[in-house]
Amino acid sequence: MKQPTFRRPVSTTIAVLGSTCLLLAACSGGDGDTAGDAGDGPVDLRMVMWSANEGHHEIFEQIADAYIDQHPDLVSSVTFEPITGSSYVSALTTQIAGGQAPDLAWVSEGYAAQFVQSGVFADLTPTFSEAEGYDLDDLLPDAVELWSVDGDLYGYPFSNSPFGIFVNLDLLAAAGQPVPRDLVAGGEWTWDRVMEIAAATAQSQGVAGFQPAADPYTMWNDALGAMWMSWGAQPWSEDGAECTFDSPEMVEFFDWFHTQIFTNGAVPGPGEEHDFASGQVAVRMGQLSASTGLGDAFQWDFLPLPAGPEGTVPVVGQGGVGVVARGDNPDVAADFLAYFTNPENSALLAQFFPPPRESLLTVEALTAAAPALSPEQLQGTVIDQALEARTKAGNPAMSELTDAVRMDLDGLWVADGDAETVLGQVCEDIAPILSGS
Amino acid sequence: MVADVAQVAGRVSGGAPPRRASGARRAARLDALVGLAFVSPVVIGVIVLGLVPFGFVIWYAMHEWTPLIGQFDWVGLDNFSRLAADDAVRSSFVTTFQFAALLMVLNISLAMALALLLNQRLRGITTFRTFFFSPMVVSAVAWVVVWNYLVASNGGINGFLSVLGIDGPNWLRDPSWALVTLVVIQVFKGVGMNMILFLAALQGVPAELKESARIDGASPRRIFRSITLPLIAPTILLVTMITMIGAMDVFVPIQIMTQGGPGDSTMVISYLLYRTAFEQQDFGYASAIGVLLFVVVLGLAALQWSTRNRWVHDEV
Repeated sequence: MKQPTFRRPVSTTIAVLGSTCLLLAACSGGDGDTAGDAGDGPVDLRMVMWSANEGHHEIFEQIADAYIDQHPDLVSSVTFEPITGSSYVSALTTQIAGGQAPDLAWVSEGYAAQFVQSGVFADLTPTFSEAEGYDLDDLLPDAVELWSVDGDLYGYPFSNSPFGIFVNLDLLAAAGQPVPRDLVAGGEWTWDRVMEIAAATAQSQGVAGFQPAADPYTMWNDALGAMWMSWGAQPWSEDGAECTFDSPEMVEFFDWFHTQIFTNGAVPGPGEEHDFASGQVAVRMGQLSASTGLGDAFQWDFLPLPAGPEGTVPVVGQGGVGVVARGDNPDVAADFLAYFTNPENSALLAQFFPPPRESLLTVEALTAAAPALSPEQLQGTVIDQALEARTKAGNPAMSELTDAVRMDLDGLWVADGDAETVLGQVCEDIAPILSGS
Repeated sequence: MVADVAQVAGRVSGGAPPRRASGARRAARLDALVGLAFVSPVVIGVIVLGLVPFGFVIWYAMHEWTPLIGQFDWVGLDNFSRLAADDAVRSSFVTTFQFAALLMVLNISLAMALALLLNQRLRGITTFRTFFFSPMVVSAVAWVVVWNYLVASNGGINGFLSVLGIDGPNWLRDPSWALVTLVVIQVFKGVGMNMILFLAALQGVPAELKESARIDGASPRRIFRSITLPLIAPTILLVTMITMIGAMDVFVPIQIMTQGGPGDSTMVISYLLYRTAFEQQDFGYASAIGVLLFVVVLGLAALQWSTRNRWVHDEV
C-alpha cells in the first residue's frame, strides 16, 4: 500500500532543524577577538586553576570576597574553576578555542614561556606598578624571570616551591643505611650517595629505591628537569632555540640515570607503580606540598637537593597566574590580580604556597603551609633554597616538545639503551620545533 | 496474516464513502506525525551533534588555527596536502589497523564462543551471562585505571605469573607487548555486548530447523555451519561493523595507559589527532586528520556493507 505523503510536517521539521543549525552556528565559538572589558557594570571574573584542594579554594575565595567588598562597582563575582590532571593545558586551550577564554589562568613553570611569549597572557606591569603598596621590588628576580619579557611582568609566580628530597628514615634504618641529615652536615650529600642508599635499601627491604618527582618515563621534564641542573645540563639554549640534549653534560646525566635504573637497581624500572606515602619507596624527590600527605606511619625527613658534578643547584617548581589577554575583562582581571598578590594577600597565600616575595620567606610564614616540617627543614630545605633557586626549564613550544622528546627517550628506557645515540636523535627531531621552522 | 489484513483494509477502503476516506487520511497523517515525533530526537541529535559539528570540522580543516594566540587563517587544502606527506599519520593508521584487526578477531570469536556456551538452558546460566556482560556497565576510565595497576610490571598479573615461576613481560612498556595488551583490555571490556547480540540471534534460530537437520543425520558442526551461521549472519554483520568502528576510534586506554608509547608503538590515529589539536595547538591540521579518519571509517563500513550480499542471506 502506498504511504501518504505529508509535505507540511516534513517541511516544518526541515525548518526546525535548519533553524537549530543556524542557531548553533551563531552560538559556536570562533576566533572572535573579544579582548577589552565588556560593559560598564560590575563583571563576573573566572579563573581556571590546577588545584581542587578545598583549602586552596577557601583562601582564594576569601581574598576574592574582600576584593568584591572593596570594588562592588568593578566585580560582582569571582569563580575559581578547578581543572585537574595531566590534561589541564588541553582543557584550558579548549576553552580558549571555544570562545570561552577565562579571565585568569594558573599555569605551571613548564608552560610559562609558551603562555608569556606567545601573547596569551597580558602585560601586568602597568597595573602592578600603579597598585598602592604592591612593592614590585620585593619579588625575587630569579622567580619572576620566566614570567617576564623585556623587564615586563606577564605572570605572577604565586607558588615558588623548592624541590627537596623526602627520605623514609625507617626503611633506611632497617637497611642499615646512614642518616641522611648527617650526610648533609658532613658535606657528603651527593646524588651518587643518594643512589647508593636507595639501591641498598631497595635490595634489602624489597621496596623502590629512588623515585623522581614524577614518572621519568612519561613526564621527563617534571621528573628529571630539576636533577640534570646539578650536572650543568640544560635541554636547550637560553633563548630556547637550539637543542642541547646532546651536550656532554646531558649525555653524562642520562647515562648515569640509566645506570641507576638498569645496573644498580636504585630507580624502579619503566611500568612499575610505587607510592612513597604508603611506605613503598625509600627516597623520593618532591616539593613541600607533598609533606601534607605524609602521616606518622613512618619517620621521614625533608632535605635539600644533593650535589652533582656541578655542585648543588637549588631548583624551584612554580605555579603562576596570568590575565588571559583574550578574556572579556583583561583590565579588571589585572586589577584583581594586583590585589590577589599584594603583600598582605601573598602572606595569606603563603599558607599553601611559598611566595616569590623575599619579605615573606620566613619560617613563621611557611609553617602553616607545611605544618609537618620542622623549622630546620623549612629554613634549610625551603627558604635557603628558594632564595637562590633556579626554575625548571620551559620553552615557548613546550606543548610540541613534550611528546616528541618522550617518544625518543623511550628508546633509552631499555637495558641496552645508549644515551648518546638517543639524545642525538632527540636533538635531530626537536631542532625544527625549537627553531620554529 | 499480514496479507489478510491488507485485503480487509483494501475492501474497507474501497467500499467506504468519501467521509470515511477522509477520516482514514487523517488517521494516517496522525500516524505519520507520531512517527516523526518518535524519530525526531534521534534525527535532531544526529544533525546537531554529528552533522553540524562535522561541517565545522571540514571548515576548520581548511584553516591554520592556533587558538592560544588567536590565529585563524584560511589555507585551503594545504592541511590535506600535509596529510599525504606526514609519516606520523601513515604510521598511526598502520597501528590503528593492527589494533582494529586484532581486536575484531579476538572480540568477535570470543563473543561467539561465549554466546554458544551460554545459549544453554542450565540452572544459574543468567549469572554467567551477567558476569560476562558486567564490564559493559563499568566506566571506561575506571576500567582502564584498574587494568593499569594490574598490568604494571610489578602489578597483579606479573605477581601471579611469578608465583608460577614465569617472568612476565613489561606489558605496557615493551613495544612488542603494549598494543596487544591494550587490545586484550578492550576485548574484555566490550565482549559482553557482542556476546549478548549473538546470544539473542542464536535464540532466534528456530529449533525445528535444527531438529530436522539432526533427524536427517547432520552433525552438530554441520548444523552450526549450514543452519545457525546463515541465520545469524545479519547479526554477525552488525557486530563486525560496530566493533570495527569502535576499534578505529579507540582513545581512552591509549590516553590513560600509554600516551601513544613506548615510542610510537600505540600511537593510533585518534590519539595522534588529540595530540595534534590539544597538545600541539594545531587545530586546523587535527581537523584534517579527523576528516581523513571519518572517510577511512566510512569507506571500511561501506566495504563491509557492500559485501553483505555474499554472506548475509537472511536480512531482516
